[in-house]
Amino acid sequence: MRARPWPVFLARKAREFVLAVAALVVLTFAIVHLIPGDPARVIAGVDASSEQVDAVRTQLGLDLPLGTQFLDHVSGLLRGDLGESYRTGQPVTDVIATRLPFTLSIALVGIAVTLVVSLALGLAVAGLTRGNRNPWLDSAFGWVTAIVLALPVYVVGAILIVLFAVTWRVLPAGGASSAAAYILPTLAIASGPIASMSRLVRREAAVVLEQDFMRTARGRRLGRVREYARHAVPNLLASTLTLSGLILAGMIGGAIVVETVFAWPGLGRAVVESIIERDYALTRGIILVIGVAAVTLNIVIDIVLAAVDPRTLRAGRALV
Amino acid sequence: MSTVLTPSSAAPERTGRVRRAGPMLITGLILLALLVLVAVLAPALLGDEARTLSDRRLLGPTADHPLGTDELGRDLFARALVATRTTLLLTVAATAISVVAGVVLGLLVWLMPQRIRDLVLTANAVAVAFPGLVLALVVAAVLGPGAMSATVAVGIAGIPSFVRLTANMAAPIMVRDYVSTARLLGVPRPIVLGRHVLPNLGGPLLVLSANSFAVTLTELSGLSFIGLGVQNPEYDFGRLLADGLPHVYVQPAQIVGPSVMLVLAGAAAMFIGDGLAARSDPRLRSLVRGRRTGVLRPARSAATHEPDRDPADSALSVRDLRVTTAAGRELVAGVSFDVGPGEIVGLVGESGSGKSLTAMSAAGLVPDGVAATAGRVTAAGHDLLGPVSPGDLARDVALVYQDPISTFNPALTLESQLTEVPRVHLGVHRRRAREALAESFRELRISSPDTRGRQHPHELSGGMLQRAMIAAALLTEAKLIIADEPTTALDVTVQAEVLRRFVAAKDTLGAGMLFISHDLAVVEALCDRTLVMRGGQVVEELTRDQLARREVTHPYTRSLLAATRYLEPTEETHP
Repeated sequence: MRARPWPVFLARKAREFVLAVAALVVLTFAIVHLIPGDPARVIAGVDASSEQVDAVRTQLGLDLPLGTQFLDHVSGLLRGDLGESYRTGQPVTDVIATRLPFTLSIALVGIAVTLVVSLALGLAVAGLTRGNRNPWLDSAFGWVTAIVLALPVYVVGAILIVLFAVTWRVLPAGGASSAAAYILPTLAIASGPIASMSRLVRREAAVVLEQDFMRTARGRRLGRVREYARHAVPNLLASTLTLSGLILAGMIGGAIVVETVFAWPGLGRAVVESIIERDYALTRGIILVIGVAAVTLNIVIDIVLAAVDPRTLRAGRALV
Repeated sequence: MSTVLTPSSAAPERTGRVRRAGPMLITGLILLALLVLVAVLAPALLGDEARTLSDRRLLGPTADHPLGTDELGRDLFARALVATRTTLLLTVAATAISVVAGVVLGLLVWLMPQRIRDLVLTANAVAVAFPGLVLALVVAAVLGPGAMSATVAVGIAGIPSFVRLTANMAAPIMVRDYVSTARLLGVPRPIVLGRHVLPNLGGPLLVLSANSFAVTLTELSGLSFIGLGVQNPEYDFGRLLADGLPHVYVQPAQIVGPSVMLVLAGAAAMFIGDGLAARSDPRLRSLVRGRRTGVLRPARSAATHEPDRDPADSALSVRDLRVTTAAGRELVAGVSFDVGPGEIVGLVGESGSGKSLTAMSAAGLVPDGVAATAGRVTAAGHDLLGPVSPGDLARDVALVYQDPISTFNPALTLESQLTEVPRVHLGVHRRRAREALAESFRELRISSPDTRGRQHPHELSGGMLQRAMIAAALLTEAKLIIADEPTTALDVTVQAEVLRRFVAAKDTLGAGMLFISHDLAVVEALCDRTLVMRGGQVVEELTRDQLARREVTHPYTRSLLAATRYLEPTEETHP
């Protein structure tokens, strides 16, 4: 290695992270101010008296100049203070602290499952359909993945509940009380991403398998499993990870919806309730945390990518 | 030569394929037509039934109510069909917001100064990577729960991907000749964009719109499902699913209607999107339909061979080898030859003569896209037409390929790939294998042989890589070496060194060698015997003396020799 690309690379990633988080802070701050009409009136409710509306305005600091409000907001964030829930008075950070682990755990397990399954599945299908082998598998794969992609998270969740919890009674339908309770939500959020990512892996693998170095590996008669795992997978990881950032970040959205299906005590359920109850401090805080999680995920993918394929250290992942 | 090894040589046969709507596109369009029909008719025909309350609550499927009734006794079948209109209308509206705003913004960035454009596109890239549903939540939080706000929210969340597509599609067009010409002629930029960019955008935009419709449907119904979209008493698929889910323990049929309808609508959009994409993207289309390729099989008509010497005595024995493309074009047309132990046999011919295919097939490595049959292929004593122990074959048959750079796996270190045969098949310990490789490197005069192995291929020159490949080929004391243009990438002094090593290996190991080259001078210096290939056939076989004395009969061989002499004039007189 000539120069030292890692410090430069990490510095660039850090800058991207700071910029994205700054954008999120502005965006979440703006939620209240973008409300059409008088935010205080909307929050207090249609039937509130004008005194009540004024009280809400003062309590939320909406009567202060915009600049002051923003500075208060940012300094609060820096102190780790996200304000209090307007409805319950509970600090927003407490709500997030108790609920974040539940959302994070299904999202991370889902991502791990997605990566492993789609890599294996996509590579296997690419290998089995190589050179006109098994044309039936080629079209079956296309049809099945298209149908799975058309299955929304909540439909998969509902079907899984009916099958495993209601009909066969082998797994719990909800709650995060046991390890077994993680199985169905994880399956539900991973099904769509597995379909789209295994398509991606399959397309990339078809290209990799045609390379000369795969013929070299074949000449060493290593057996298909070692040949693919040792020689195709490392070359596949880079291109797959490059394109999979969007799919994996999308799983955060899946995790939010799936919580309603499985009565999961996570952030997704909390943010939905906060929006319905117009509890803006809570909405703001949770969306900020979810957004930071999405940004972090993207940057972690970039760093893993650079470790797997040092060539991307200089070029970087093409996002545009 | 390498073109023969890839399926792309079958490309001319593909042009005859008719461009038509695939089964996926047709299925998608039929489904869509049915859904539109339901959306138009159901509210008029079944609207009353879907609204009528009764005391027959939470029924299972009956003759009157195919999907049962809900908690207020309303017919669920009717409700699922009636909900189609609301769902489709909202989805179309949200998709329209994404498409129109995305395309307009994507074109507008090209009217901006470069710096602002870069800024907007960077921000857009971040937005694309951001989960759409979270973006939709932000909008829903601002506008409050409801069908309108959910539609706007999902529509806005879909804008960034259309901005990206449009801006990317416009980029190459904006620098094309005719656009530059139009600009020189003083045509204003907005008109240039409208006239030249939009028409080119059609295909990809249609594909993305179909996919976006499926995503929008999922997200919009998802918002309704979690309570932020369509509110009671209105209902769409998402609302119906949310209403039914709490009752699944009592009545599992509650979720059937909305689930099936959601899947049908989503599948229609996915099928249309995939079908359109397959039409425009040849990479998605499967290759030539035909026979299975990449395999070596016994010839069907087991031709009665002349009783010749036992194939086990030779390093390589090939009879009646034929290689055909999946579509049936014959690339190697019945080649037979033997390579004795300690013998070096040259295989010469121009690009496309079938020499690489012959060599690879003889090693049992038939490339994808072609299939091989033979009366006999016996390599290093192993009958390749029957079951062979892979470990023995890998040990006894060594291969050297022509393009050193593409032959190496870019993601692995040299030693991890070059010591693979000893480690995997011969059970040699990693450290022992590494030392053996370094020793072999040293013999081929590779600089710093002890640390080379830890490098990645991109850190070495092509000539160095080729020597490393040859060093590895000589590691396992093979009985047969098949070398496909091994010296082409090397300069003359290194070439001589490598050829000396080949001769030494032949002498010490008693290995036979099949040496493929287009360079007659090298072949003449190295080979005991030479086969001349043309058009998939061996047209002439020459001994070393015959070649040296230019005793050739076939006009093609003469022309090859003439070409060699033209390039490297020798003092030798010729007939």
